[in-house]
Amino acid sequence: MTTITARRRRGNVLTLAMLAFLIYFLMPLFWLFVASTKTTGDLFSSFGLWFADDFSLLSNVRATLTYGDGVYVRWLLNTLLYAVTSAGGAAALAALGGYGFAKYRFRGDRALFGLVLGSIMVPTTALAIPTYLLFSKVGLVNTPWAIILPSLVSPFGLYLMRVYAQDAIPDSLLEAARIDGAGEFGIFFKVVLRLLMPGVVTVLLFTLVATWNNYFLPLIMLNNPSLYPVTVGLASWSSQSAAGGGATGDLLALVVTGSLLSVVPLVAAFLLLQKYWQSGLTTGGVKQ
Amino acid sequence: MRRARTWTGYLFVAPFLVVFVAMLVVPLAYAAYLSLFKDQLIGGTVFGGLDNYARALTDSRLLDGVWRMARFFLTQVPIMLGLALFFALALDSGVLRLVRLFRLGIYIPYAVPSVVAALMWGYIYGPSFGPLAQLADKLGISSPNLLSGDFALGSLANVVTWEFTGYNMIILYAALRAIPPELYEAAAVDGAGPWRTAWSVKIPAIRSALLLTVIFSLIGSFQLFNEPQLLQRLAPNVIDSSYTPNLYAYSLAFTSQEVNYAAAVSFLIGLVIVIASYTVLLATNRRSKP
Repeated sequence: MTTITARRRRGNVLTLAMLAFLIYFLMPLFWLFVASTKTTGDLFSSFGLWFADDFSLLSNVRATLTYGDGVYVRWLLNTLLYAVTSAGGAAALAALGGYGFAKYRFRGDRALFGLVLGSIMVPTTALAIPTYLLFSKVGLVNTPWAIILPSLVSPFGLYLMRVYAQDAIPDSLLEAARIDGAGEFGIFFKVVLRLLMPGVVTVLLFTLVATWNNYFLPLIMLNNPSLYPVTVGLASWSSQSAAGGGATGDLLALVVTGSLLSVVPLVAAFLLLQKYWQSGLTTGGVKQ
Repeated sequence: MRRARTWTGYLFVAPFLVVFVAMLVVPLAYAAYLSLFKDQLIGGTVFGGLDNYARALTDSRLLDGVWRMARFFLTQVPIMLGLALFFALALDSGVLRLVRLFRLGIYIPYAVPSVVAALMWGYIYGPSFGPLAQLADKLGISSPNLLSGDFALGSLANVVTWEFTGYNMIILYAALRAIPPELYEAAAVDGAGPWRTAWSVKIPAIRSALLLTVIFSLIGSFQLFNEPQLLQRLAPNVIDSSYTPNLYAYSLAFTSQEVNYAAAVSFLIGLVIVIASYTVLLATNRRSKP
């Protein structure tokens, strides 16, 4: 009896402490939402964590989407294009490769896998500058390929897919399919891929987030604003609004509202695909 | 049959490896090659051997940045991973209520692009319409400038902590969920309480996941770029162009056009990260051996 009340009390204290932390993690997003409902004037004159008298969210959204001939919409579409093609390509390469490393023995397989695994530690930024120089030689700078091609390699994705394939694909299933006379690639596309799907979605999601959030690479690769992804676009608006005073003052409300709009799709994706990113992290984090 | 299957193995891994070589190995090799040359006013680009590296190792702007990131790693990462571990243990404790809400709420910042996170916190820190300054003003106290010399690194650490605590929490929580129940039974027989169980059963059992989060945080700290680059506009005198090693490499390559030296610097940053990661790995491996 006493242990049950003790447990309950402990649960209450813990829940209260966690609520305090939750406020810290959600406060900035709440601020962002509140700020998106204000005119630039109200941003300065009203208290930041509560709404002003005028609720201007819709007019802010309209202004954000139409400013500069709708350049923000363009940025969103660019981000979508870069993120979806990179994530799709990276997941496909990782699925094929991870399955290959998990289920086939060939000369040098361990060394090759070790090389890929070691490259997880290579910082992306050590690569970005030489990649830029190489791309500028072959004329790929200032094209969508400059963002998509480097994002196709996901060593961590390959590692996840290998671990996943090892567990999810029983060898007996492959043997049975071979005895039935199926070819190796037929087996992969007809039998294996379906079983690998949860892992593929996990890698897809991680690469999607990485490309969606990518800033350094597009910052150095692109100087044509109509190719910017939303991250670089918002950063350029913010530096304009910081540099100019009155004339560009209204950009501030656009930066804030644009930030809010750019967050919504990813948060939605995370809420909808919870099952996948959680199972994927289990695979990656627990296995040695 | 065996032989045929060997070739199929190559075919499966070939697409990944081709892109891997083109986008990772070739740029790295090119950076290594570039770093051996130097630009001179007279004579253009000439072979310089390891001159760029010698210059980098005595470049106080680079060394200051590396030292700053080492300090960042030694202060921010323990706080972030300590919080993440605490949250993961709380979620796994069985007595916490609203588990789903906490798990999602703390993880959500990870879905926010770092550009947006930095812009947002920059405004929140700001003196003109940031809620922190407004609150301080209402209470009649003067709020410190959160982006001044004394506070900038801490303010930066706060942004990074906000972004990545939830991500690390989820990795650790997933590892906790995978602990075999037999381990708990033994602890229960010994009469261990919840703290004791956490300390002597749960934490040792998720060692490899903890190690993974340390390594990822190490890589993240030493290549910090987005957050300082965006906060720079709010505090250009404090966060200068060599505040982090990566900012420095960027400004070398694109502002001062010293491409060869920039290649050497980014190569060295990579080397620092790899050496530091292996040090962490070796140190923990040695300790775990009887």
